[in-house]
Amino acid sequence: MKQILTLKSLRFIIILLLTFTAKNSFAQTDVDGLMMGKKNLCGGLVYGYGSWTNYWEGQNLRINENLGTVSSQSAWAMANYGITDKINFIAMAPYISNKASAGTLIGNQGMQDLSMLLKWEFFGKAFGKNYVSLLAFAGYSTPLTNYVADYLPLSIGMQSNNTMGKIMLDVQRGKWFATASTNMIYRSNVTIDRDAYYTTKMIYSNQVEMPSLMGYNVRLGYRKDADLVLEAVLDGFNTIGGYDMRKNEMPFLSNKMDATRIGFNVKIPIPIINGLSFTGNTMYTIAGRNMGKSTMFMAGILYQTDFTKTTN
Amino acid sequence: MKFIKTIFATFTIIYILFSCEKTELANNINYQALNPLNADTAAGNWKPILLTKANEIALNAPIATTLADFKLELLEIKSWQNNISSAEEESLKYWSAGTILRWNEIMRELVAKYNLPPYQNADGTYPIPSSANPLAYPFFPFSNPPYAARAYAYLSAAQYDAMVSAYYYKSLYKRPRPSVVDPTIKELIPVTKDYAYPSEEAVAAGASAAILTLMFPGEQEYIQQKLTECKNYRILAGANTRSDVEAGATLGKAVAAKFIDRARIDRAGKSVGTPTDWANLVTNTEKKGEVAWLSQESPKRPPMLPLFGKTIGFLVDTIEVVNGRPSPPPSTNSEQFKKELEEVLYYSQNPTRERIKIVHFWGDGAGTYTPPGHWNAIACRDFISLKISEARWARNLALLNMSMFDAAICCWDAKYFYFNPRPSQMDPNCKTLTGLPNFPAYVSGHSTFSGAAATILGHLNATRSNDYISMADEASKSRLYGAIHYRSDIEVGMQMGKAIGQKAIMRAKTDGAE
Repeated sequence: MKQILTLKSLRFIIILLLTFTAKNSFAQTDVDGLMMGKKNLCGGLVYGYGSWTNYWEGQNLRINENLGTVSSQSAWAMANYGITDKINFIAMAPYISNKASAGTLIGNQGMQDLSMLLKWEFFGKAFGKNYVSLLAFAGYSTPLTNYVADYLPLSIGMQSNNTMGKIMLDVQRGKWFATASTNMIYRSNVTIDRDAYYTTKMIYSNQVEMPSLMGYNVRLGYRKDADLVLEAVLDGFNTIGGYDMRKNEMPFLSNKMDATRIGFNVKIPIPIINGLSFTGNTMYTIAGRNMGKSTMFMAGILYQTDFTKTTN
Repeated sequence: MKFIKTIFATFTIIYILFSCEKTELANNINYQALNPLNADTAAGNWKPILLTKANEIALNAPIATTLADFKLELLEIKSWQNNISSAEEESLKYWSAGTILRWNEIMRELVAKYNLPPYQNADGTYPIPSSANPLAYPFFPFSNPPYAARAYAYLSAAQYDAMVSAYYYKSLYKRPRPSVVDPTIKELIPVTKDYAYPSEEAVAAGASAAILTLMFPGEQEYIQQKLTECKNYRILAGANTRSDVEAGATLGKAVAAKFIDRARIDRAGKSVGTPTDWANLVTNTEKKGEVAWLSQESPKRPPMLPLFGKTIGFLVDTIEVVNGRPSPPPSTNSEQFKKELEEVLYYSQNPTRERIKIVHFWGDGAGTYTPPGHWNAIACRDFISLKISEARWARNLALLNMSMFDAAICCWDAKYFYFNPRPSQMDPNCKTLTGLPNFPAYVSGHSTFSGAAATILGHLNATRSNDYISMADEASKSRLYGAIHYRSDIEVGMQMGKAIGQKAIMRAKTDGAE
């Protein structure tokens, strides 16, 4: 049911996707470096499609004939800039449009949130054949428009300002690698259009307290000469707190929301133009709570330029 | 590296700030203790609703304050006041805002909790909640707007009669307050300088608990807990003794019994109808050459409480319901209908953020306290600032909620007499901005409720009368903006609601309280 959250966590997948494609790309001065080089800029345009027919109402998986299949299309603009070789700045924003295939409820569309992220590789060292690096992330996201949040499952976002911290371990051995990360997201209160609402009790306020999110992401794969990436992904997140939807209750912003997903991700260089590459991924939700059992696809192009070359 | 450290330090601070933001959201907690400007000590002379007279239910005289038993009751207050727990202090703060207010809030919360449409059976039919088995799915009740309107009305009306009776006996028996008998007893909250027996707060509590138990039988434990809290806070506060409170709760319960007897035969219990009734609605409408309403839910859900229009209200009798029935909505074959449908489609396809806000603010759909609950919330916020007595609180809310109950009856009568289709049925492009209610369109429930509520509230609190009318207007239009109602539905509904509100004003002018 939580298309929005799914998209939010998807965003972080894309961040990873983007940073990994970037760091393995041309601009690197060091083959073992995990970051995009200084003054390198990678821009991307990505299209996404996700849908679900089944959703978890609490822990009960069900369909809803008055929603049918809920689908969401998104278009993402994103950029990753190398401030230094060890610090990258990443920004992105999606336009989202969704709809339900059945029932009368109207779909929503619009620009969602702007996310900004600093990525810092603070440790990197070879241990025999293995190269180990540690990275820290700090991120913030904020709504770009006054879109409607209190309209789940057909709102395009949650309207919270999110502060994220993440820590990551990356190990590379030859062309094979493994990456694991864990993150924590604090979400600000959300202002809704109503001045009272019921969760597990009546609350007389237009403010909704959003439970924090904890997440993890594990990736295993193959990187060939930094040009080709093939990887399998397992990720998940859960809210700390929140409540379950009751039987036949519509979802609400402060629900408990958990999801576990598996997927696959590729990045393939497009040889015609130097710096251009294709990126594609699919994610499938295998377990969840108060969430849609969604399947998602994303495809896009990334383009990287090196400003040290053009400006010098 | 300093640059990096600064950035990370900044994010850490933001992180901590967000984690500190978690505060208590509910803004109904910190109300001031009720300290009425006018004690309304003559409320025992006000005209009751169901009671034939204020003393219809007998209440024994209290024991003399000189007796040893009474001294024991004073001792109970003193020993309790010497040892107040933090939970008791919280309870004191909560209840001292006003017992009528708090019981109204409790009702609103239960309405919201139970306002979920039952999930279908495997064969595509729908189970009907049963009061005999409230805790088995589907839970009883499904507190939809008509059910809720009726529940609020019985609660408020019973509270009012209980109050009239309580004030009558207070003036009759003239038992002094504990602090008057024993000046060492502290009054921890503002206490009206009149008599103590019976405690009108306990009377309200006894009546409220009985009505709530009738309306939400699965919540008996919770309701009993609230009743105990409400009785105890009077003793703890030094405002009443145990006998004031017990006599009050018993009197309140006895008054409520009259309302419960009425509720059992007011025909609402039969308002779900039968499959034959549902089929007849279709054939009767088609006989007139009109398009019959069809559920837009899947699987098709039977229409909500089709026989609720036959329920016996408080202000409008059954004959008046039929005589006051509005003229038919525009025929689905007419030019007028076509025009109105186009207007709905326009609002569906051209939503603005401002209109969406209005739609959602007034949505009051599934999982909420319903439109009558919304008007109770509006009224209560205003009554708090008016600083009125518990008796007047009960009287004002009774007038408000009887209006909305009767508005529901008249509205439902029209809906099922005409049984006309919603815009989405006539044009599937009319996507809705809020949940589409599962009953016919004409007339709009929101408009009828709001017209009635704004009219009587404008009389009770004249300085805000224009505000109430503009709120009602906005609530009414929200249904057109949401693409679930035609203009005729909201305009005629508003007129009907205002006419019912006028009936409440007529009662208000003659009930002895003005």
